[in-house]
Amino acid sequence: MIAETLRAKTGMRWAFACAFTAAVAAFSISGASAESVLRVGNMGEPDTLDPHHVAGVWEDRIVGDMFMGLTTEGPDASAVPGAAESWTVSDNGKVYTFKIRDHSWSDGSPVTAHDFVYSLRRILHPETAAKYASLLYPIKNAEGLNSGKMKGMENLGVRAVDDKTLEVTLIAPTPYFLTQLTHYTAFPVPHKVVEKHGTDWVKKENIVSNGPYMLDEWVPSTHVKLVKNPKFYDAGSVSIDRVTYYPAEDRTAVQKRFRAGEIDIAKDFSSDQIDWLRENLPNQTRISAYLGNYYYPINTTKAPFNDKRVRQALSMAIDRKAITEKVLKTGEIPAYSFVPPGTSNYGTPSYVSWKDDSMVDRTAKAKALLAEAGFGPDKPLEFTLSYNTSENHKRIAIAVSAMWKKIGVKAELFNSEVKVHYNSLQQADFQVARAGWIADYNDPQNFLYLLQSSTGPLNYGQYKNAEFDKFMEQAAVTSDLKVRASLLAKAEAIAMDDQPVMPIYYYVSKNLVADHVKGWVANPRDTQRTRYLSIQK
Amino acid sequence: MAAVGERMDRMAGMEEVAGRSLWQAAWGRLLANRAAVVSLFVLGIIAVMALLAPWLSPHPYDEVYWERIQAPPDFANFHWFGTDGNGRDLFVRTLYGARVSLMVGILATGVSLLIGVSYGAIAGYVGGRTDSIMMRIVDIMYSLPFMFFVILLMVLFGRNIFLIFIALGAVEWLTMARIVRGQTLSIKHKEYIEAAHAAGVSNRVIVFRHIVPNVLGPVIVYVTLTVPQVILTESFISFLGLGVQEPLTSWGVLISEGAKQMESAPWMLIFPATFLAITLFCFNFIGDGLRDALDPKDR
Amino acid sequence: MFSYTFRRLLVAIPTMFVIVTVAFFMIRMAPGGPFDLERALPPEIEKNVLRAYNLDQPLWKQYVDYVGGVVQGDFGPSYKYRDFTVAELIGSGFPASFQLGFTAIVIALVFGVGFGSFAALRQNSGLDHAVMAVSMTGIAIPNFVMAPLLTLVFGVYLSLLPVAGWGDGALINKILPITALALPQLAYIARLTRGSMVETLNANFVRTARAKGLRERIVIVRHTLKGAMLPVVSYLGPATAQILTGSVVIETIFDIPGIGRYFVQGALNRDYTLVLGVMITLATLIIVLNLIVDLVYGLLDPKVRYD
Repeated sequence: MIAETLRAKTGMRWAFACAFTAAVAAFSISGASAESVLRVGNMGEPDTLDPHHVAGVWEDRIVGDMFMGLTTEGPDASAVPGAAESWTVSDNGKVYTFKIRDHSWSDGSPVTAHDFVYSLRRILHPETAAKYASLLYPIKNAEGLNSGKMKGMENLGVRAVDDKTLEVTLIAPTPYFLTQLTHYTAFPVPHKVVEKHGTDWVKKENIVSNGPYMLDEWVPSTHVKLVKNPKFYDAGSVSIDRVTYYPAEDRTAVQKRFRAGEIDIAKDFSSDQIDWLRENLPNQTRISAYLGNYYYPINTTKAPFNDKRVRQALSMAIDRKAITEKVLKTGEIPAYSFVPPGTSNYGTPSYVSWKDDSMVDRTAKAKALLAEAGFGPDKPLEFTLSYNTSENHKRIAIAVSAMWKKIGVKAELFNSEVKVHYNSLQQADFQVARAGWIADYNDPQNFLYLLQSSTGPLNYGQYKNAEFDKFMEQAAVTSDLKVRASLLAKAEAIAMDDQPVMPIYYYVSKNLVADHVKGWVANPRDTQRTRYLSIQK
Repeated sequence: MAAVGERMDRMAGMEEVAGRSLWQAAWGRLLANRAAVVSLFVLGIIAVMALLAPWLSPHPYDEVYWERIQAPPDFANFHWFGTDGNGRDLFVRTLYGARVSLMVGILATGVSLLIGVSYGAIAGYVGGRTDSIMMRIVDIMYSLPFMFFVILLMVLFGRNIFLIFIALGAVEWLTMARIVRGQTLSIKHKEYIEAAHAAGVSNRVIVFRHIVPNVLGPVIVYVTLTVPQVILTESFISFLGLGVQEPLTSWGVLISEGAKQMESAPWMLIFPATFLAITLFCFNFIGDGLRDALDPKDR
Repeated sequence: MFSYTFRRLLVAIPTMFVIVTVAFFMIRMAPGGPFDLERALPPEIEKNVLRAYNLDQPLWKQYVDYVGGVVQGDFGPSYKYRDFTVAELIGSGFPASFQLGFTAIVIALVFGVGFGSFAALRQNSGLDHAVMAVSMTGIAIPNFVMAPLLTLVFGVYLSLLPVAGWGDGALINKILPITALALPQLAYIARLTRGSMVETLNANFVRTARAKGLRERIVIVRHTLKGAMLPVVSYLGPATAQILTGSVVIETIFDIPGIGRYFVQGALNRDYTLVLGVMITLATLIIVLNLIVDLVYGLLDPKVRYD
C-alpha cells in the first residue's frame, strides 16, 4: 500500500514535470560522441549472460562478444585460435592438447588451463542444470557425469597438465570438435569469481570476461551495454568502443528504427517487407545462406502416414519453388534434402529422387501414389496440419494446403502458440506439422540425428528405420572423414526415400546492416563478432 | 413529487399493459431517429453482403492466386480490394471476415450484456454481504491471467467457435457488471424503487422491471464500446489458436495482418479497417437511438 | 467510511489468497512447461533442470512453498530470466509501466471528460457529432495499428521523435507510447461521459435546479457532471489497474522495459513465477482501485451508502 502511494506520487510529480520540461528535454537527445558505438537490434531479451546457461542466438551474440573459447570465430565465423594459441591432436584423433594463450580476465588475473577445467566440469555438473550441456558429450565421460550415472567430476576427460596446457580426451574422433569449441558451451568462466559469488557472478559488479568486451550495464528489457575490454589480448585491433544490444522483438518496429538511424544492425526483418526493402534499402539488406532447414515432420506412427507412399505423395506435391519465390521472396533455397548443401564434412547431400522432375510430373505421380494407397476422389485424404502461430508459418501452411488441394488432399490448418505446438510435437500428438532446425555445429550429423530412433522426442515423427540407424551408428565411430561422409549420405538417402520429414526450404539469414558498418562478412552461421567490425561515417 | 408520481403511474402501467406495446412504442421512436435508421440500413447491407459473399465476387475466399500475391486493388481481375500475402482476394475475405466478426461482436457482447447487467443489478440492489462477495468474485476474475483461461478452454474442449463467445463474454461482462452495480447503488434509494418495495413488489421484479430499465443509458453506451473490443480481441484469441482458423478469417485477423504491412501494402489494412470503423459508427448511432427510444425520462 | 475501508482491506487478504491459488493451479494446467523448449532437452538434462528449480516436487508442495515465499515477500526466481528474480524484474519494470500508464490515464481522463461533456452540452450539434466521430475513430483503431502508425509518421517520415527505445527514460521517448496508450482510453471516457451526461442533463433534479434559477455553470458542475461521472468512475477502476500494469503491444513495439510484456511473454514462456508476480501486482491494483471507486461513489452521490 505504501509503495503504491509512493509510486502514485512519483507518477504525479512526473506528469506535472512533463508540461514544463518538454521543451528542455527535446534538446537533450544525446549528441554525437567521439567514441564509436554499435547499436544492434538483437531480436530477443537475453535470459542470462552466464555462458553455461545461454540457449539462444541473441544471447550468443552478447556473450560471444564478452567471452572467448579455446577456439573462436574469425571474421567469417570459421574457427580460429582463441584462448588457445595452438594445439596438437593425437594420432587416433581422440586427444587434444591445447596451449593456452598468455592473456587475462578483464580484472587482470591470468586465464589458465584450470579455468577451462573448472568451466567444463561446471557446465557438465548435474546441479548446474545447463540446458545445452549435451553438446559436450563427445568429451570422455561427459554424458555419464551429466546424467548422474557416474559420480566424481574429476573423471571428466579434461585435465590441466600445467597452468598453460590443457588436455581434452574424447570418446571418438569428432571432426567438428574444434568448431564446436567456439560455441558458448565451451566458454571459460572465471573460476574464482564464480566460486565467490555463486549465481550472482553474472551481476554487473562481479562479472569478468576474457573476450574483447565486458559488461557495462544490463537493464532488463531495455538494453545490454558492453564496453571494450582493455585487457583483451588483441585490444589494439578492436575498433568499436561500445556495443548496445536492444531486445527489439517486434520485427516491423525494428525495421523502422533502422530506417530512422536509431540502430546500425537489425538481426532480422519480416520477409513480407522484402519487396519494399529491396526497392528502398538495397545495399543495407543482407541475405545469406544459413545452416538450417524448415521442414514438415510427418507422424509415421499413425495411419495413413505409416504408409510411405502417402508421405512421398504429400512431399512431391509441394511446389517448393513457388514457396521460396512467391511467398517468402527472401532468397531461401528450395529444400530437397534434410542436410543443407554446403554443410562441412559432407559432400552433396542425398536429394530426393524426384528433385528435378517438373511439377506436372510430380503432381501426377503424387496422385498415382495416393491412389495406390487407397485415396482418391471418393475417399479423399483428410488430416490436420499444425503450425505454431507466426505470419510466415501461416502463409506457408496456406500455400502448401492449396498445393495439396490439387492432388485431392484436404488439410485443415491448426495453429497454436509455440509451447503448445512443440508440446504436441514432442508427444507425437499430431499428423503433419511445421518444424525447423538450425545447426548447433556445422556437421551433417547435427541434422541427421534428428531422425535416429534413439533420439527421442526431437524425432518428432518417431521415424524408425533399422538401416538408417545402422549407418548412423557406424558413422559415429568412423574417424576417416570420407568414409564417415559416405555413411551419413547413405543414411540420408534412406530417409529421403522414406520421407518421414518433408524438407521445404533451407534457411537464410536476414540482416539490415547500415552502410557505415564495415567488416561485415556474411557466413552460414550468421555470426559476425563485433571485434571485427568498425564504424566509418 | 409530481414527476415521481408520473413515473409510478408509468411503472404500474408497464406491469399491466402487455410488454409488446412498450416495445412497439420504443421501436417507433427508434424509427424516428434518422441516424439510427441509416445505421441500421448500412449494417443491414454489410450483413447481407457478408451472407451473399460467395455470389458477389468471382473469387472463392480460399483460392490462392500465385501470380497475384499481395497485389494492389485491380479491377481487371475483379480484385476490388487487392489480394493478401497469399494471393487471396481481399474483397471476398473481408466479407467472410464480416461473418465471423459480426457474429462474435454481437453474440459475445450479448453474453456479456446478459451476465453483466443481471449480475451488477443484483449485487447493487441486494447489497451487503452478497454485494461484497459478488464484487470480490469480479475482482478475482479481473486478476486471473486471461491467456491461461483461453489456453485451458482449448485444451479441455478442443477448438470450437462457441468457445470464443464464452472466452470473450467471460471477460467482457466484468466491467459491465461494475458499471451496472454503480448505477444501481445510486438509484436503489430513489423514491420510486422504495415505493415499489413498500408496495410489496418482489425483488426480482424490482431488479428487472425497475432497476435495469433505469440503468440502460450507460449500459447501451458501454455495449457499443464492447463490440469493437470484442472484435479486436478475437484476433488475439486466434493467435492462441482458439479463434477462427485459416483459411477462414475475421476483421481482427485481417487488421492485425494489415497493420504489419501498412507501408508496403496499405490496402491490406485500409479495407478491413474501414469496414470495422463503419460498423462501429453504426452500432454507435443505433445505440444512441436505442437509448433515447428506451429511456423513460427522455421525452 | 473508515470502518468500511478497513473491512474491505481485511477482505482483500482472502481475495488475494483465492486469486493466487486459482491462478497457481490454472497456469499449471496449461500444456508445456518453462523448460520445454523448441528443442526438447535430453531427458537427463531436463531432470537436472527441473530439480534445480524444485519443479520435480509434487504440485501441492510447490504451491505451499510458493505461497510461503510470497507471504515473506519472496516471489521466487524467474524461470526464463535466470539472472534476475521476479521481484527484481517487476521492480525494474513497474515504474516504467506506471509512469506511462498514469500519464496516459490522466490525459485520457482530462480530455475525455472535457470532450464528452462538451459534446453532451451541445447534443446533436455538428460539434457533438465531430467529437464523437473522432472518439469512435480512436476506438476503431486498435493500438497495434495506432502505435506503428505513430512511429511511421513521427519517427520515420517526420523524424521528430524516436521510433522506439526507452532512452533511459527521457521524455522524448515517452511521447508516442503515452499517446498510443491514451487515445483509446480517451475515446472510451469521452463516449461514456457524453452518454451519461446527456442522460443526467434530462434528469429531474437538473431540471429542477435549472428551474430554481441557479447559474447554468453551477448546475452543470455541481449536479450533472457529478452524477454523470458514475459510469466513468466504474469504468476507470479496472481500466486504470490494467493500464498501470502495462500493455504488451505498446511495450514490445516501443521496446519499453515495462511489466506488460512480462505478463504475456511470461505466459507464453510458461514462466510461472513471473506471471504470478505480475498478476499479484495487477490484483493489488484492482483491489485498491475498485475500493477507491466504491469510495468515490459516495462522494459523487450521497445516496450511495456503505453497508
